[in-house]
Amino acid sequence: MQNLVLQTKNLKVGYTKGKDRVWSVSIPDLPISTGQFVGILGANGAGKSTFLKCLLGSLMPLDGTIRLQDKPITDWDVQEKAKVMSAVLTEAIPKTQLTVLELVALGRLPHTSWIGKLSEKDEQKVTEALTLVRMLDFAHKKVYELSDGQLQKVMIARCLAQDTPLVLLDEPTSHLDLVHKVSVFKLLQQLAKEQEKTILFSSHDLDLCLQFCDQVLLFTPKGVYFDEPCNLISEGVFHDLFQEEDVTFDASTGKFLLKK
Amino acid sequence: MLWLASLLFGSVTITLGDFWQAFIGNPVQKSDALILWDYRLPKSITAILVGAGLGISGLLMQTFFRNALAGPYVLGISSGASLGVALLVMGSIGLSVAVLNAWTMMIAAALGSFLVLLLILLVSKKMEDPTTLLIVGLMFGSFTGAVVGILAYFSSAEALQKFTLWSMGSLHQMSWEAVVILAITVFIGLVMAYSQMKSLNLMLLGKNYAISMGVSWKIFQQVVLLSTAILAGSITAFVGPIAFIGLSVPHLARLLFQTSQHLVLFWGCVLIGAILLMLCDLIAQVPGSALTLPINAVTSIIGAPMVVWLLMRQKKLTI
Repeated sequence: MQNLVLQTKNLKVGYTKGKDRVWSVSIPDLPISTGQFVGILGANGAGKSTFLKCLLGSLMPLDGTIRLQDKPITDWDVQEKAKVMSAVLTEAIPKTQLTVLELVALGRLPHTSWIGKLSEKDEQKVTEALTLVRMLDFAHKKVYELSDGQLQKVMIARCLAQDTPLVLLDEPTSHLDLVHKVSVFKLLQQLAKEQEKTILFSSHDLDLCLQFCDQVLLFTPKGVYFDEPCNLISEGVFHDLFQEEDVTFDASTGKFLLKK
Repeated sequence: MLWLASLLFGSVTITLGDFWQAFIGNPVQKSDALILWDYRLPKSITAILVGAGLGISGLLMQTFFRNALAGPYVLGISSGASLGVALLVMGSIGLSVAVLNAWTMMIAAALGSFLVLLLILLVSKKMEDPTTLLIVGLMFGSFTGAVVGILAYFSSAEALQKFTLWSMGSLHQMSWEAVVILAITVFIGLVMAYSQMKSLNLMLLGKNYAISMGVSWKIFQQVVLLSTAILAGSITAFVGPIAFIGLSVPHLARLLFQTSQHLVLFWGCVLIGAILLMLCDLIAQVPGSALTLPINAVTSIIGAPMVVWLLMRQKKLTI
């Protein structure tokens, strides 16, 4: 058994209003080990982001435990946690005067002293991260001059600069075209393989995820499943994904088709 | 950049020193030296403290609330301080006049501003929308105005005059003792603000990103709010509500230095805030005449068009 980076037990996530549970989803027990490339799939509103928020700590789980490197996630000091887990979120960032380089450099701050001065090594990591997402040419542009797709790549670079063993990404490819999507997927997969980083990301690109991911956490209306993509296909759970909608799953090709 | 800022700061204080000499005018007599020492010097130090303090409190609020239009005056914090002082000056009819000194007025103003700050924080937790926040600040301003109006209606002429004079803002009448007290509180506020520079930089990406990069939210929030209340509260108590400095100084600093890095902006705001307020004070003196205008009127007359100009120029303000 490899090192477990992230574990969950009897986890239930969702929202409450007062004392009533308005909506909740049970997550199967997750053992996620080092170097795994894990996709989180599901329709809009199925609970992907809610689950990620629980991992990030901005939302409390309704039930169950999450352990980060075998220590309950609530016991982690925020500063220490930032050295182990980094994230790309879906929320829009405020309009600032930051340049691309400065924004990516923010990712290094968890590794600096109270005043936040960057060392030579920090600056090197920033350049590396920008090179990886092929945005080094834009380093001195202001962030507000970027397109949505470019911004998304810069946000991924910031996350990579933070250089943590665990990386969470909430829909990191939603604004990218197919070519750039594939290059981001390849990059993340490569990081998982070569640098032993554990990568969890949610996405709507089902086809790509099934081809790239080691494991998939699938949110369907009938329940949540966690397995390797090929096992999930043979179990036939993808048919549950879009119930009564206009899309059907073809197990032989691993592709989603329109119902005729 | 920091080096440049400190260099500028030096040169500016020097030129201002020269300027004072010229301004005091012609032959330097013994009485002039007295005026300089007991009147002009405390006033110019006050101007520096007030400008720097309000500039930093504006910077803190704009980053903290991720709102380019935030500032102690706009968000109603100065109004809160006004209410505190109004209650003390006009509401304490039964209390002896001895209670009304620099300290009690400062505490009343600081309490008032802190209360508003807490209120705004509560609202900002319920509603993320930045515009809502500004409207709440505006409403609070009107509300305070009304309460002050009611108090004024029932208070004695003497108390009313005292409050009206205070509310017009003034850098005069600062004894050396008052200057020292103000300097200490502003210094504490600035040090607290300076300790949060890294977290403020991380806040440029929003609260959730900041937390994911190791900002301890509770500590950060407490230090920033306390620092703002100390700065805006104590300054308002001593010199009265001063409009637009807190709002416009951070934008001028961003425009001048073209950055959102807080380490640069911190010194930029201190510098520009101090210069701007000394300038406003100079105008308020109406050089060459015996007239003195209320400082709050001058900052509004200069500040309001300046903010409009900034908006027109940048289309959208950044934080």
